[in-house]
Amino acid sequence: MEVLRLENVSFDYRQIEGEPLHAVKEVSLSVRKGEFLVLAGANGSGKSTLAKMMNGLILPTRGKVYVYGTDTADKTKTFDIRRRVGMVFQNPDNQMIATIVEDDIAFGPENLGVPREEIIRRVDWALKAVGMEARRKDTPFKMSGGQKQRIAIAGILAIRPDILILDEATSMLDPKGRREVTEVITRLNKEEGITVIHITHHMDEAVGADRIAVMHEGRIVMQGTPAEVFASPLLTTEYRLALPVASEIAAGLKKEGFDMPEVLTPAQLTEAICRLL
Amino acid sequence: MKNISFGQYYPADSFVHNLDPRVKILLMTAFIISIFFIKSFFGYVIIAAFILLCVIFSKVPFGSVLRSVKGILFLVLFTMILNLFFVREGNVILDWKIIKITDYGVLFTAKMALRLVLLVMGTSLLTLTTTPMSLTDGLESLMKPLKLIRFPVHDVALIMSMALRLIPSLMDEAQKIMNAQKARAASFDSGNVFQRAKAMLPVLIPLFISSFRRADELALALDARCYNATPNRTKMKKLKAGWRDVVATFVTAGFITVIMLDTFLWMGVF
Repeated sequence: MEVLRLENVSFDYRQIEGEPLHAVKEVSLSVRKGEFLVLAGANGSGKSTLAKMMNGLILPTRGKVYVYGTDTADKTKTFDIRRRVGMVFQNPDNQMIATIVEDDIAFGPENLGVPREEIIRRVDWALKAVGMEARRKDTPFKMSGGQKQRIAIAGILAIRPDILILDEATSMLDPKGRREVTEVITRLNKEEGITVIHITHHMDEAVGADRIAVMHEGRIVMQGTPAEVFASPLLTTEYRLALPVASEIAAGLKKEGFDMPEVLTPAQLTEAICRLL
Repeated sequence: MKNISFGQYYPADSFVHNLDPRVKILLMTAFIISIFFIKSFFGYVIIAAFILLCVIFSKVPFGSVLRSVKGILFLVLFTMILNLFFVREGNVILDWKIIKITDYGVLFTAKMALRLVLLVMGTSLLTLTTTPMSLTDGLESLMKPLKLIRFPVHDVALIMSMALRLIPSLMDEAQKIMNAQKARAASFDSGNVFQRAKAMLPVLIPLFISSFRRADELALALDARCYNATPNRTKMKKLKAGWRDVVATFVTAGFITVIMLDTFLWMGVF
């Protein structure tokens, strides 16, 4: 089932001087229910702008965005769309509304007028889903980046979205924090059936995705499974993205004349190398 | 700096800490008003006893309460001097060149100083025992009737709590910018006041710009969390007044009654 559809979507940023900046150019994309989609692209490729159009935070200059069949330009449906499409942003510090973890998570459902008992149930569930039950009464200021971002995800989960968009939510985190967040969203996708759209330029986070869409200069230039996308020579050259470490090593070995299959994870790499020995 | 207990809050588990913030705010208001009714020294003794009682039951060290008075020491001295020299009523007890001090003036000055000191001690006790968050919660709840005249009570409360919540983040950021400037040989603690103020400029401008960026991102985050989705928003935490609040109300009311009796009935007999 299709949950999100973009039809010839373009977005121009007005500039003080000169021509408007065409950040997104005629992008069409369809996302299925329960899919784990990675939207990849170098800085300035337009991926963040595209993401903000997926829940109506900004409206396309041209083209249409449909969320569960509803046009995001329909002003009367704005909150229906935002409830269905949750979005986590880059800087966890700028997403916290309250000073206590549970108050912050409760903010979304409070805004929606959810009854008190149900809010408490949702806060319990959301904290468990991101593995932060023990920090319920704490303050996020003392936490690591990864923990803060997991709280931010819990805050979005509490509004019970069908689609979770992570708008470069890992780009400010250290490797440990990135791993924590990637694990959480993978689990949410597999166990809770939430459709995940993960926007990143770290390709090692894309290894477990169902599909990768690569953006370059405002267009989607390539789509496919991780194996297909990583096999393209254009990815590292033209589109300025780095392969996951394991794939990179395998590619290097292949270049040197070793017989190497397509490798995505360190485990696969180990296996492939062992077979050669 | 990374601490929510910024400002004055003194964390402890005490009778006063556990009072409903609404009750605390209301009682504090009553207390402030009653201070202005006091006419006799007896009244000041009563109110001092009341504050002492509050301090004891709040487990806040007396030094912290006194420290808040230090901030207004200059103001107290200034009003004392003014009153001492400019009150002309009563019998002159000192007359030297242009300086004329009367007995009434001395008493008046003493009362004025007591009033200021006790006022600040009392109000600082409120901020010492209540977190900024529960203060805003309390204020929001108390301002609810204003909704009838379409006053955006919740928005104002949210603005207040977010401003409070951004203070540690901004302090952190200021520190980072200062370190970055120091790494480029900026100096913040040499030279006179004006030079030092000028040296702060390269810190304040980036801080200002980044707080705008932060505000922009927060606005997006508020949108993503469905802020303003419905006028009938709910609350997870309900403020509940308990036995403590009843006790505190009665005790405060008792003290205020004595003060009013002293002012209007006994007319300073004691």
